[in-house]
Amino acid sequence: MAQPVPVGAGPAPATGQQGTPAPANQAPTRRGTELAMLAFAAALVTGALMLVAINQEQKLTIQILWYGLAYLALFSVAHLAIRKWAPYADPLILPCVAMLNGFGLVMIYRIDLALEGRKGFSAATPKQIMWTTIALVLFLVVLYFVKNHRALTKYGYTAGLVGLIALALPALLPSKLSEVNGAKVWLRFGSVFSIQPGEFAKILLMIFFASFLVSKRDLFMVAGRRFLGLEMPRARDLGPILLAWGVAIGVLVFEKDLGTSLLIFGIVLAMLYVATERVAWVVIGLVLFIGGALVAYSLFTHVQQRVANWLHPMDPVVYGRLGGSYQIAQGLFGLGTGGMAGTGLGAGRPEIVPEANTDFITAAIGEEVGFIGLAAVLMVYMLLAMRGLRSAVAVRDSFGKLLGGGLSFAIIMQLFVVVGGVTALIPMTGITAPFLSYGGSSLLANYILVALLLRISDAARRPQTGSRPRPVQQAPIAEASTVMVERPT
Amino acid sequence: MNTPLRRVGLAMIAMLVLLLANVTYIQMVNADDYRADSRNQRVLYDEYSRERGKLISPVGGELLAKVTPTNDRLRYLRQYPFGAAMAPVTGYYSVRYGSRALERAEDEILNGSDDRLFVRRLSDLITGRDPRGGNIQATVIPAVQQAAYDAMTKKNFVGAVVALRPQTGEILAMVSTPSYDPNPLSSHDSDEQQAYWDTIRDENNKLKPMLNRAISETYPPGSTFKLVVTAAALEDGKDKNYLLPADASIQLPGTKTDLENFAHSHCGPADQNQVPLETALALSCNTAFATLADQLGKDKLQEQAAKFGIGQTDLQIPMTVVPSGIGKLPDRAALFQTGIGQRDVLLTPMQDAMVAAAIANNGIVMRPQLVQKVLAPDLQVISDFDADEIGRAMSGSNASTLRDMMKKSEANTKGDGKVAGLEIASKTGTAEHGADPKATPPHAWYVAFAPADNPQIAVAVVVENGGDRGLAATGGSVAASVGRATINALPGIGK
Repeated sequence: MAQPVPVGAGPAPATGQQGTPAPANQAPTRRGTELAMLAFAAALVTGALMLVAINQEQKLTIQILWYGLAYLALFSVAHLAIRKWAPYADPLILPCVAMLNGFGLVMIYRIDLALEGRKGFSAATPKQIMWTTIALVLFLVVLYFVKNHRALTKYGYTAGLVGLIALALPALLPSKLSEVNGAKVWLRFGSVFSIQPGEFAKILLMIFFASFLVSKRDLFMVAGRRFLGLEMPRARDLGPILLAWGVAIGVLVFEKDLGTSLLIFGIVLAMLYVATERVAWVVIGLVLFIGGALVAYSLFTHVQQRVANWLHPMDPVVYGRLGGSYQIAQGLFGLGTGGMAGTGLGAGRPEIVPEANTDFITAAIGEEVGFIGLAAVLMVYMLLAMRGLRSAVAVRDSFGKLLGGGLSFAIIMQLFVVVGGVTALIPMTGITAPFLSYGGSSLLANYILVALLLRISDAARRPQTGSRPRPVQQAPIAEASTVMVERPT
Repeated sequence: MNTPLRRVGLAMIAMLVLLLANVTYIQMVNADDYRADSRNQRVLYDEYSRERGKLISPVGGELLAKVTPTNDRLRYLRQYPFGAAMAPVTGYYSVRYGSRALERAEDEILNGSDDRLFVRRLSDLITGRDPRGGNIQATVIPAVQQAAYDAMTKKNFVGAVVALRPQTGEILAMVSTPSYDPNPLSSHDSDEQQAYWDTIRDENNKLKPMLNRAISETYPPGSTFKLVVTAAALEDGKDKNYLLPADASIQLPGTKTDLENFAHSHCGPADQNQVPLETALALSCNTAFATLADQLGKDKLQEQAAKFGIGQTDLQIPMTVVPSGIGKLPDRAALFQTGIGQRDVLLTPMQDAMVAAAIANNGIVMRPQLVQKVLAPDLQVISDFDADEIGRAMSGSNASTLRDMMKKSEANTKGDGKVAGLEIASKTGTAEHGADPKATPPHAWYVAFAPADNPQIAVAVVVENGGDRGLAATGGSVAASVGRATINALPGIGK
């Protein structure tokens, strides 16, 4: 049981090598679908850009077409890389990402136009294009170097350690180097360049939890006591969830970053549930979360303020005070003004909402393309996450399932935290919408996330020439050990 | 592990459904509340950044209010070329302080939301051009308005001037002084708006520059009210030779108070105890008219006043004109005083102009109107001017008798501005007011129309508190010159 080598890692190299060029397979790679969908996304994004230009009364030039083609070319590189390094990857994941990223760029550009000429304005679009390019390079790097996702299990503990350090670093560094707009979540290099290590820590921690849970899975699944009709885990097995809770609380207390805290906790909970299939973990997790939330509420004024902003965004007192609900209320006004069909791209006033191109970009989208457009964007996220989850279900190894499930869930969890916050469904916690929002770290991290998902989906769909018996053979070994442990009565 | 993975998938769907449900609630169910919230600047900006319609003068197409494109987020700057002189007509249009006068009354046309512009709005939507507002052609003739404003401000008079076209009720001028400049209020610089607003708001400025004295303030009309009393007498069958007492003073019935003629003078030739109505009006004898009012009685006076529109509560030009009134006339003393336009008689300058205009228009009262035409953004006529008759105040022959009497009154009136060849029919008034009337400078009035035999313009002028003459002020010495300047400014008058 206490072997250092994770369970899923044993046969991994074998299957990995078997997957490469197999002339005998009949399974379609569906790369053509991917390219067609990418072209479709490019057409939509170009159309959106055109609408912005028309509504902002700019001259319609051939330039826009070039932008659209450049965008398509950029993603074609990613497409070619997938063709080469992950030919069986899911064909819809990259187009979904391209669509979100492209539409995000259009909105960021549109908000740039509105803010142009204001004091302290600096255009966000060129920076975001730069980040997109860097992110795509990183995407290629991950796809190239991680030839097999199971190889990551070897670095599980390392990833966990580095992730924790990355998460804690901003809190430990002096504010001068880590604080922007009151949130101590940055690493600043000089005055221009800064990254949020938390975004990357999120992924590293997911890798750690996936490999850790897969190796210790049997423990959690079997040993436990019945309590209130639920299989409760043993106290000594509570370690990982307590660790997650501790990390989440630490982030909340030291970095005042409610969003990341909520995100990490939610992801860990979901992964723990998938690994153990025990509802008890979810119950314990929720109890811990509620407890932590209550304590945080009673201790920290900024938490109390967020809750007040959430519950009474229209209250004049809450609305008017410093750190009050002005931003949320203006976001809601924008969404309401947009209504069902929206004001039209480029015809609204999304710039009224502070942080319109980052945390509140979904409010800007809801204002200009209305409920219909916002719902469509949410559905694209859903499609992306569901394709990821499908790959997780289809992939044959536990680690891949767990990591794929975690990554897919992370996309929706991020969306839920940010859109829920913007629409006052939950308190606003200030995180970015993946791929849409302006922000380099978020973009880089989410492209890494997608590269891993593609890798897992490639493994899932890759034909297994004659390797069928192997994983089946391997499974009893893992399960055999669990059978032997007797449940204490 | 696939079962829990699928359950996590269900949880993800549930989260998305929650988000969608909440967004549906915000964008579909609750959208109107959010849209209409006063803190939602979007609607305001939208309205203020639309190309608002123009206010145009009837002749020469001079612009009373226009827009010029700007580069800021409001996109169009509202401007008023005539500034303070035209402010009672145009009003202002301010992001911070709302709007007033025509800008407010005709807002739906000017901002383009009026139903009559619906088809055009639809075509704008389809062709993708920004919706524009319709235009309003006002009845005010800038030359007349400016002349009246200049005549008032030259001597720093506080008061109002109204000029009407007698046959149609078109308002040719509507001046109130002191006035305010609407331009700073429509500035896109919020601080400039506020700074100017603070200097003109009623709380900070006792002269109340934003009060439109022509329609929102009532004054005792003094002797100008004798026109109404005379009309009542003529309608009652009395003629211009009807004899009235010529005493310098009479005692008010039931009191020890005397009612005196101006300067305690005998009315008419010193050797006669009685004076004909015509002379009494020309000399504006108080004792004669107090007696005449008493003879006519409460009912006839009230009836005649009502026929001229006094007491009408729903007059809109399209701005609301506050009602004028002559009071309840509880006793004979009140009747005496009412006969000379004092006691509880309170008229707006607009109402007094309507009296003069009705006499000029053969006794028919026309509803005063400030809007001549409603025009589409492309200047097509949406609705044309429609003269609106309120009713007949007196017979045509009586009106012409009264007009002749007013010519004699004008002959007895001093003041500048008489032009050879232009005969004016007029009546002055010097109205006492305040807690101590003898020590308070009177309001000076002048109502007139010209040319007397072919009236093109009827005016009413009121100058508060004696203007530049103080206690010695009379209608003739203070207000008459303003009235004549206004008349003389009408293009083509007397030709």
